[in-house]
Amino acid sequence: MEKLLQMKGITKRFGDITANDRIDFELNKGEIHGLLGENGAGKTTLMNILYGLYTPDEGEIYINGAKVEIKSPHDAIKLGISMVHQNFKLIQSHTVIENVALGLKDTNFFYPNRQIEKEIRTFSEKYNFKIDPNVPVWQLSAGEKQRVEIIKAFCRKARIFILDEPTTMLTPNETRDLFRLLKFLREEGISVILITHKLDEVMNICDRVTVLRGGKKVGTIDIDRVDKDDLARMMFGQDIILKEREEYSISFDEDIVLEVRDLTVFSDKGLPAVKDISFDIHRGEILGIAGVSGNGQRELIEAITGLRKVARGSIKILGEDVTNVGTKEILNKGVAHIPEERMRVGVIPSMSLEENIILRSYDKSPFSNGILLDYSVISEYAKELISRYKISALDEKIPAGTLSGGNIQKLILARELSISPVLIIASHPTQGLDIRSTQQIHELLLRKKEEGCAILLVSEDLQELMDLSDRIAVMFNGTIRGIIDIDRASIEEIGSLMVGV
Amino acid sequence: MLKRYKNIGLSFLVIFLGLFAIYLVSSVRPDIMFRSIALSAFGSIYGLTETLTKSIPLMLCGLGLSLSFRSSVWNIGAEGQLLMGAVGATWIALYIMPNAPKFLLIPAMFLVGAICGGMWALIPAVLKVKFNLNEIIVSLMLNYIAIEFVNYLVYGPWKSPYEWGFPYSTKFPESAQLPRILDTRVHYPTLILALILAVILYIILYRSKLGYEIRVIGDSIDAARYAGLDIHRVVFLVLLLGGGLAGLAGVGEVAGIHHRLRVASGISSGYGYTAVIVAWLGRLNPLLIVLVSFLFGGLLVGGDAIQVSLGLPGSTINFINGLILIFVLVQGFSKTRFSTIKRRGGK
Ligand SMILES: Nc1ncnc2c1ncn2[C@@H]1O[C@H](COP(=O)(O)OP(=O)(O)OP(=O)(O)O)[C@@H](O)[C@H]1O
Ligand SMILES: [Mg+2]
Repeated sequence: MEKLLQMKGITKRFGDITANDRIDFELNKGEIHGLLGENGAGKTTLMNILYGLYTPDEGEIYINGAKVEIKSPHDAIKLGISMVHQNFKLIQSHTVIENVALGLKDTNFFYPNRQIEKEIRTFSEKYNFKIDPNVPVWQLSAGEKQRVEIIKAFCRKARIFILDEPTTMLTPNETRDLFRLLKFLREEGISVILITHKLDEVMNICDRVTVLRGGKKVGTIDIDRVDKDDLARMMFGQDIILKEREEYSISFDEDIVLEVRDLTVFSDKGLPAVKDISFDIHRGEILGIAGVSGNGQRELIEAITGLRKVARGSIKILGEDVTNVGTKEILNKGVAHIPEERMRVGVIPSMSLEENIILRSYDKSPFSNGILLDYSVISEYAKELISRYKISALDEKIPAGTLSGGNIQKLILARELSISPVLIIASHPTQGLDIRSTQQIHELLLRKKEEGCAILLVSEDLQELMDLSDRIAVMFNGTIRGIIDIDRASIEEIGSLMVGV
Repeated sequence: MLKRYKNIGLSFLVIFLGLFAIYLVSSVRPDIMFRSIALSAFGSIYGLTETLTKSIPLMLCGLGLSLSFRSSVWNIGAEGQLLMGAVGATWIALYIMPNAPKFLLIPAMFLVGAICGGMWALIPAVLKVKFNLNEIIVSLMLNYIAIEFVNYLVYGPWKSPYEWGFPYSTKFPESAQLPRILDTRVHYPTLILALILAVILYIILYRSKLGYEIRVIGDSIDAARYAGLDIHRVVFLVLLLGGGLAGLAGVGEVAGIHHRLRVASGISSGYGYTAVIVAWLGRLNPLLIVLVSFLFGGLLVGGDAIQVSLGLPGSTINFINGLILIFVLVQGFSKTRFSTIKRRGGK
């Protein structure tokens, strides 16, 4: 096998944290190479180094045996390296073509758009990877935005594609399309580095995997020589029992915590996004919402949490009408909200962990006396939550934006669950988390259920919904297509309701 | 990383080109110009006291602006708010309680001046919250309205019959004049007030509930909404407080220096605009802003001096201010770029 890329002895420190510790990484031509590791293992950091976003403290990079210096993404792109981040950096108001055109060097001087449009169309036909080049990016779903990023990389003639957790925001169908594309690319000799937490995906598509743990490399191994349990052991250094749903009986009280009646809500574009929806969630019940994203789930959650105006219908929490009363008042009824977009909405990346932890309760005693904040109490409290929820961070004063993806999610959970909620609204709570953190969070949610919380769980991961929910409501095109008890639900049935059949 | 150095290089280039342009049209060498500015502003006791005098309004306006900038509310109406403060003080001193004793009159002038400045700043707040109008444009337009209003007063109803037709109001009674240090123009009550307010603002920003809200809203409006923060309340408060501080600056100018209301350009040589630069260069940190206003006070004093000594036009110093503003903005820009990249590293 031809070695396309070698990274040798890469070390990167952030203050006292060694995010990458003398890591060797090799990539062959035309392979799909999985990069695995628990949250905070250093995967993104290593790839950011390859993409020129960080300069390593030590180590060298070779491409085709020749040493290269990658000082910026610009250098990386010139060397044929492209990276698709989890937070896309597209310009919302521009069209797909314009976004692709940005950062392309050798386009025609005249009518560059025509050339690019042609290229995009050829690409999407050849690989059956659909995208309309002329729509503005803000109208696209997460999966479509990702396609734009991939097409951008392709038009730059990339030889190495780095995909950082590309499937977390994709529907099962989109994931299938993406993997089909990656296999095509592999046949053409393009190499792909795939960061993911889903072991099934790794087993399914990768040729080799490299596992990192605590900033160090554990090993690189051919995929035919391992199974999922081996991988989990490599990642965590201990056996992880990959649990199936425990047989617990569906049990919840009669008391209704959340009552939604004939709810109609409009989207940003002014069209009805939620149409005449009614449902209840009882004490100690987890109601799962399944559905392809963009079918009204976001608007439903925003309406319940007071972030979006209710056009018609009513919402009651513990019998009290909270329709259009404002976010603060709703949250103060004991509602925890784990939002979908954690970086943009769930945390303030520039502010410290402690200041993020009090976002819900900064105005209450003992953190505030009404005018001033008591930072010694706040810092004690933050320390306690950081250790209780096993958030790996240097201390409570570092900016939240420097945490790894999984730890940011734990930070949000710590904040939201510590308010002793009666109702938890959880949107994709384990998106981007490693198996162990996912299990921890599932356990947390189940414990809250036992304590009597009502939980609304929105997820695109059907397995997660099946594992946790007592009942599953399927949303399609703004309506609920049926609420199914879990013991009578099958993935197939839910899957077909999701696409409106 | 590389980008950052590029930007620094770029902003130095802009400054260099700007100075070269001054040299081309006036044949005054930049080093001589800066020497002259520095000497006149900081090279003598007189220069230093003048610098200090000019730093007072810059400090108050800059502090006020920093609050709203920190919460991403782009108030650039400090100039108008300052003038309305001056109007309020004049009204009290000449028409409401001219015979009151000093210990009542002076606090009343500061109080009413602050209220007038604050109310003036509430106009963009209301229009922004109620009608979603852009506060930059509204606060800027209100500057011109305030200027015209002051000029109308001193040419019209408030024009003094005792000033040989000059556009002045009547002179303030002695009890409405601020004490000064010896025979300088440093009206120290305003200075002390400004310094105390700087410390209070620092505490507000980094230790108080309001400051926390201001920073959350400034850094992530989406997170603020998600957490149910009352964003409108904060917008109102930062504009009200900021306008109030600018209003105090206006009181200081008329009660401490001119002892009367004059045409707008006589009261403020663009302090409200210079304060925008002061606030940014002070990184919106109240304590740094105090330092930076002193430096800019010096720049204004020096600007006056080079008109006389080097025959440069009065607007030269505005030109230099503009260059500095570009420099600051480019730096700020590269800084945020840098931090988003860093942040992305954490994914
Ligand atoms: N810019 C930064 N400043 C400080 N620390 C950082 C920065 N970027 C990453 N880190 C730290 O380096 C470690 C590795 O982070 P990295 O983002 O590479 O993890 P990851 O393997 O991608 O995790 P995840 O699966 O959660 O995305 C973490 O402890 C993180 O807190
Ligand atoms: Mg990562």
